[in-house]
Amino acid sequence: MKIQQISLFAENKPGHIAAPSRLLAQEGIDIRALFLADNQEYGILRMIVSDWQKAAAVLQAQGFVIKVTEVLAVEVPDRPGGLADILGALHGTGINIEYMYAFPYLRGDQAILIFRFNDPDAAIAQLQTAGINLLASEELLNI
Amino acid sequence: MNSILESSATDCHPASVPDYTPVAQLHDLQLQRLRAVVTRAWQQVKLFRSRMDELGITPQDIRSLDDIARLPFTVKSDLRDNYPFGLFASSMKDVVRLHASSGTTGKPIVVAYTKEDVDVWSSVLVRCLAGCGLHRGDIIQVAYGYGLFTGGLGAHYGAEALGATVVPASGGHADRQIMLMKDFGVTAMCCTPTYFLHLIDRAAELGVDMKKLPLRVGVFGAEPWTESIRRHIESQSSIEAFDIYGLSEIIGPGVGCECSRHQGLHIFEDHFYPEIIDPETGAPLPDGCEGELVLTTLSKQAMPMIRYRTRDITTILPGRCECGRTLRRIGRIGRRSDDMLIIRGVNVFPSQIETALLQTEGTLPHYQIILTRAQGLDQLEVQVEVTPQMFNDKIGAMQELHQKLQGALDRVLGIRVRVSLVEGHTIERSEGKAKRVIDRRAL
Repeated sequence: MKIQQISLFAENKPGHIAAPSRLLAQEGIDIRALFLADNQEYGILRMIVSDWQKAAAVLQAQGFVIKVTEVLAVEVPDRPGGLADILGALHGTGINIEYMYAFPYLRGDQAILIFRFNDPDAAIAQLQTAGINLLASEELLNI
Repeated sequence: MNSILESSATDCHPASVPDYTPVAQLHDLQLQRLRAVVTRAWQQVKLFRSRMDELGITPQDIRSLDDIARLPFTVKSDLRDNYPFGLFASSMKDVVRLHASSGTTGKPIVVAYTKEDVDVWSSVLVRCLAGCGLHRGDIIQVAYGYGLFTGGLGAHYGAEALGATVVPASGGHADRQIMLMKDFGVTAMCCTPTYFLHLIDRAAELGVDMKKLPLRVGVFGAEPWTESIRRHIESQSSIEAFDIYGLSEIIGPGVGCECSRHQGLHIFEDHFYPEIIDPETGAPLPDGCEGELVLTTLSKQAMPMIRYRTRDITTILPGRCECGRTLRRIGRIGRRSDDMLIIRGVNVFPSQIETALLQTEGTLPHYQIILTRAQGLDQLEVQVEVTPQMFNDKIGAMQELHQKLQGALDRVLGIRVRVSLVEGHTIERSEGKAKRVIDRRAL
């Protein structure tokens, strides 16, 4: 159920996201989802890509500082209260969301949110118990 | 004493008399003082005695000034290793003042003064200031930091002993400095040259015309500076700029100073004996050869320094100065034989930065030290390449790392530095080694 996400360190300067993007394009790797967390001096580019192993290898080979982290892709009904229900399932469990962002495609009438939890295994168990659907990597990439 | 009469009237402070001692008489005095200080250090300072023992020499072996070359060197780490009082040659009841230099790993370097030492210090500063054409009636603003740093109090006591009016402004607060200069009719400034450059710029912003102030003399030291800075300062204000040299280990400011000829800095040789050595072999070099300046304190009581290696690279200028002083001169200091940087008067070694990074991160990331100058103040930036081990994809964790590195460097160096996290492999490497220091200060 865990999805491998590539996180990349970039200085907050013009052109610093372009180089890794170009590299991935040259290697035929598709960026399916992307989220940038930044401050004035640097940023962290988080990406879900079509082939994370290849992406990690080519980025590392070019000297980019990256980390592969495990995130969860959670199906959320595309209606008011959809997100609140999911967060409700985690309430009081001590499971913490480190960050989250939306996957840019719908799956039928379901939206997809990418979560990074402090304890992914506990989150999987808790969400599945609450009947919330988590997407496997192949499912996510085939949307 | 004819030479005094021939020199300009402003040089005639009574304290300046030793500047004109006939050479033979000066040598006799130096030898007599050298023997006394070596004896004192040998009797009182364990480190010095053990080094003399190792070489199989005693103070009796010092029969001529040339015999100084037989004595062991003292280096900066000796002061650090004997922190705080291990090199004192006086008992604490005779020590009237302690100073300490910042910018060393963990512990500072401590220096001590007896009443006699403080008096000698004041007297050499009087000779510096008199040589810069200052006298009773001048209003001297001291904008060196007052405190453990020797700059502020050293210049202060000297200016007072000269009989001038002292404005102890200490460092910082440029607007207030300019207000004092203007309102008090200050005629001379003692500060670092870069700080004065900043005051020039700030005065222009405030609409104060430096050239219309009564200011006529600047005594600048505590960092290396160049003829082009002198020309700039003198063109932007109506002062005559003098270079003053000193270091805490020897006494503080006042080891040497330019006279009105601006042809090198006279060393107050009756108190500080200069030698030039080959920094690689330690062999003494004749006057006129470039090498490392080594100084021996001839009259220091509380903490004599025997053949202290300053790491400053210079030359003892051959020949007599036109001013008539018999004191030998050194060329202006341009570089050092080690990698020490002087940032806002604080000594910084790149190795300290390396140690701090290593201790914080457990591994040594690639880093680079970038020196720039903004508003007349040296700025030190440490760029640290983020390694995969250091990288965390939570922005909060990265900020925490950033703060941790910042805190560690501030603590170790004792000055505020700017830490930048940069991408991997962005610091230029030549032959596999990164160039550690990039100096973009326009000297």
